[in-house]
This record gives sequence, structure tokens and C-alpha cells, in this order.
Amino acid sequence: MLDAKTIRKDFPILSREVNGKPLVYLDNAATSQTPQQVIDCIVDYYSNYNANIHRGVHTLSQEATDKYETARQTIQKHFNAQKAHEIIFTSGTTHGINLVANGFSSLLQKGDDVIVSALEHHSNIVPWQMLCEHTGASLKVIPMNEQGELVMNEFDNILSSKTKLVFVNHISNALGTINPIEDIIQKAHKFGAAVLVDGAQACPHIKPDVQALDVDFYVTSAHKMCGPTGVGILYGKEVWLNKLPPYQGGGEMIAEVTFEKTTYADLPHKFEAGTPNICGGIAFGAAIDYMNQLGFDNIATYEHDLLVYATEKLQEIEGLKIYGTSKHKTSVISFNLESIHPYDVGTILDKMGIAVRTGHHCAQPIMDYFKIPGTVRASFAFYNTISEVDALVEGVKKAKMMLS
Amino acid sequence: MTIEEIQNEIIDEFSMFDDWEERYQYMIDLGKTLPLIEDQYKTEENIIKGCQSKVWVHADIQDNKVVFTADSDAIITKGIIAILIRVFSNQSPKAIIEADTDFIDQIGLKEHLSPTRANGLVSMIKQLKMYAIAYQTQLQ
Repeated sequence: MLDAKTIRKDFPILSREVNGKPLVYLDNAATSQTPQQVIDCIVDYYSNYNANIHRGVHTLSQEATDKYETARQTIQKHFNAQKAHEIIFTSGTTHGINLVANGFSSLLQKGDDVIVSALEHHSNIVPWQMLCEHTGASLKVIPMNEQGELVMNEFDNILSSKTKLVFVNHISNALGTINPIEDIIQKAHKFGAAVLVDGAQACPHIKPDVQALDVDFYVTSAHKMCGPTGVGILYGKEVWLNKLPPYQGGGEMIAEVTFEKTTYADLPHKFEAGTPNICGGIAFGAAIDYMNQLGFDNIATYEHDLLVYATEKLQEIEGLKIYGTSKHKTSVISFNLESIHPYDVGTILDKMGIAVRTGHHCAQPIMDYFKIPGTVRASFAFYNTISEVDALVEGVKKAKMMLS
Repeated sequence: MTIEEIQNEIIDEFSMFDDWEERYQYMIDLGKTLPLIEDQYKTEENIIKGCQSKVWVHADIQDNKVVFTADSDAIITKGIIAILIRVFSNQSPKAIIEADTDFIDQIGLKEHLSPTRANGLVSMIKQLKMYAIAYQTQLQ
């Protein structure tokens, strides 16, 4: 069992005040906070062994390279990838998605189908729309129901031998729904289609096993799981990564360059052009170590309890409607107060030191489905407490009183 | 009244409030009570997109003065709009162009006019001034 009170001491930011009130940070689905262990790792890098990697013969460069590659192995182990070079460092989830979309632009043709889910973040819609425009492939959508779950019968109907790619998020950022990706992957593979899973919202809560899932591509960002911003990974099966052309040209990604021809470096360097976010990669490894020390089973149990408690308490407020009511969801609650704009609720909560997200959460198709301009979204992490949930509930009641 | 006089009047009113709650309650009440724009002007082309809350602005000229009407779908935004309309509407184009918005700082609403705030208010003020410049050109 996690002891949030002790854990909170690892996070210096959690003891600050906002608008004269103790910070209640409930915007974890946007970005998580950073523990001292990860901050120390960043300070250590710049204080002791900052150097460019993979090319220096000097000691600092060697030390930095070792740490960077050790981080890659930590990440490989965490996701249970078969090989370390199947882990490509990226600038984050969006970069990973674009890398794969760009790669497929030379593999798709007119008449092919690409399937996305109705629960996607804009970053997992727009690159595929661009890809389809470019290649002439058609974009098809797995619809969602009133609970915010994917309608799997419809997926069966649109899946065919024309389907070349399926893109789905592991967990919806706007509603918290956990999608049945095992089922989606199995079915897509029967038709020979590749599957990319956006794991940005899943990785803070669960530990995905890419081999057990048999997923072709899995992308995520460090900053959602206690790491720094500007770094993430793309996991890709070796066979797929070899098939895709490089995304960007530059240093690091080449084997040999003449003016006649350049041969590309082996994996993972083929996709890592230029000097990477070295410190970020190393700190990502430290963040994963930190979370594994707490244990993902413990995190899941603790967050589930918070979700159940918060859902129960919020539902007691008259006129409050929760969007996304699947039984399979993570600690995210998207809601609105009847006839009150989410922006107003968020503004009042901020005045009380409570940080939530308001708006369409970069998922306008979901908001259009519910015919709302947006929602207030409270998302909980393992360092949040029951008394913070109480503060949220009191805050929402006060907002309702002031705004009605 | 001149823009400066109206601004001073608003600063006086806000100085009576002790805390954020009273200030916000006042703005919310302003947002609730004022009919700010006629429905025919709540058109797509009058929308100032501010990411989260929508703002509509319409301008007219009467007796060489610019008359603004506006609205928003979020009530706190609407309250601030009511204050801005009170300051800028029924003024000459020249006065609107030359006016500053420092009084917003003094009434404790500075955070709402940050350029990175997703409520459309900064764009709204820009739009008010653009209308004033357009009318000023017409008058000359």
C-alpha cells in the first residue's frame, strides 16, 4: 500500500502555494510532477558529465554515452521490448506518431484504409489525416458510445484486407477510458494490418508489455510519468523499424556519407538524427526507476481508490455530469456543472489553488459527440490524497454557488 | 465621462472588495445581468476565437462615437467584457485608440489579460482598437 504522505516529500513542487492556498495539483494527465530523484539526476548530468554522445573519445563523452544507453536499456526492460534498439528516443509522443506516419507515407497507396478511434487526441488524428491526403488512403473511424467506450462491433465492420494501419490510444486523455487494445491488435493482425498504440495516458498508470501485447508500435512521453518534458520513446518491432525509411536526415543517423550516396546507420540511430535530448533521456530512465520502486500494482490500486472516492463525492453534487463512465478507466474525471461553462469553473478552482484542466483537451471530436464546448478534467496521480479530493469537491461546490 | 474618469470610477468600486471572492462575485453578477449584444450580431464572423471561451464583438458608430456590444459563452469572461465595454463604448475613436488598460491591474484582474490566457480578451481589446482605427480613418 502506498503512503502518499511520505511520497509527497519527494516532490518539492507539491509544497508550494497558489493564490495563497496550498497547491492541489489535479492536472496530472497534462503533465506529472517531478520527484527530487529525477531533479537530482538532471542536476548531476549538467554538473558532472555533460557532453555529446556516441562520437567523443574523451571520458565525459563516454560517461554520457554509457548513461544514455543504460537509460535505453532501463526503458527496454520496463516495456519488455525484445531488443534495446527497438527503443527510439523521440521528443515525445507526437514526434513518435509523426515518425511512423511519415514512414508509412511511402508504404501506403490509394485504396488502402487507415483506421483511427473516435477517442483520439488531435495529435493522433491530424498526422493520419495528412498521411491519407498525401497517399490517397481512406481514414475510417471506430465510433464511441455514450459511456465513452469504443464500439467494437463497428471495428469488426470497418476492418478488412484493405486496412493497413490501425491507430488507437491505450487510454483516452479526455475521458480516461482504457481501450481494449489486446483485442484490437489481435483482430488487426488477422488482416495483416500494423497497429500503433499511443500510450501517453497509460504509462503513468500501468506497465505495458509490448511483447505480450504483440503491438507493432507503442509511443509515449516522459513528462507524463515523472520525467522531464521534451523526451519520449517510440517502441517499434525491429522488422517494422527496418522497413520504415528515416524520418529526418542529419548527424548520428548515417553510416557513410559521400555526395553520391549516404548509407543509413543501424537501429536505433537511423531514427535519431542530430544531438538528442541526452539529459532528458537519462532522466527518463531515472523516472522509470522511481515509478518501478513504488510499483505499478501499488500505484494502480491507490489511484483506483482515489477515483472511486472522487467519483462518488462529485456525483453527490446536484447538476454535475461526468463524461466517460466506462468501468474500465483510469483516475481521470471529466465533468461539467449544468449550464455553467467549464472555463468559469476552472477559473474559480484556480483561485482556490486547485489546478484542473478545462477545455476540449485537444479532443474536439469527443466534445462534439457530447455536444459540449469542453469539460473540467481532474486527473489524479499516486501522490494525490483523499483530502485533496475533498478540497476539489468543496471547490466545485463553491464554484457552483458563485456561478449559478 | 472620459475613459480615464470611468476607469477611476471602476477602480474605486473594486477597492471596496476585501477578497477575490467578492471581486469575482461582482464580475459574475455583471456577466449575468447585462444584455450585451443582439442575437443577430452573434455571428461566426464576429467571433474572436480564444481557444476556450468564445467572445463576440460588434461595433457601430453613432454621433461620431463608437458603440460596442459584446458577449461570451463563459460568465467570468462576460463580466470582464462588461467592464471593458463600460470603459470603451460611447467614446470617440481617438480616445479609444489612445486609451490604455492599466486599470485592469489595479482592480486585480491582471491574470485575465495575459496574452497566454486562453479566453480571447487580449484579442478582444485589440479588436476594439482596430474598430476605432477603422472609424477614425472614415471620419478623417
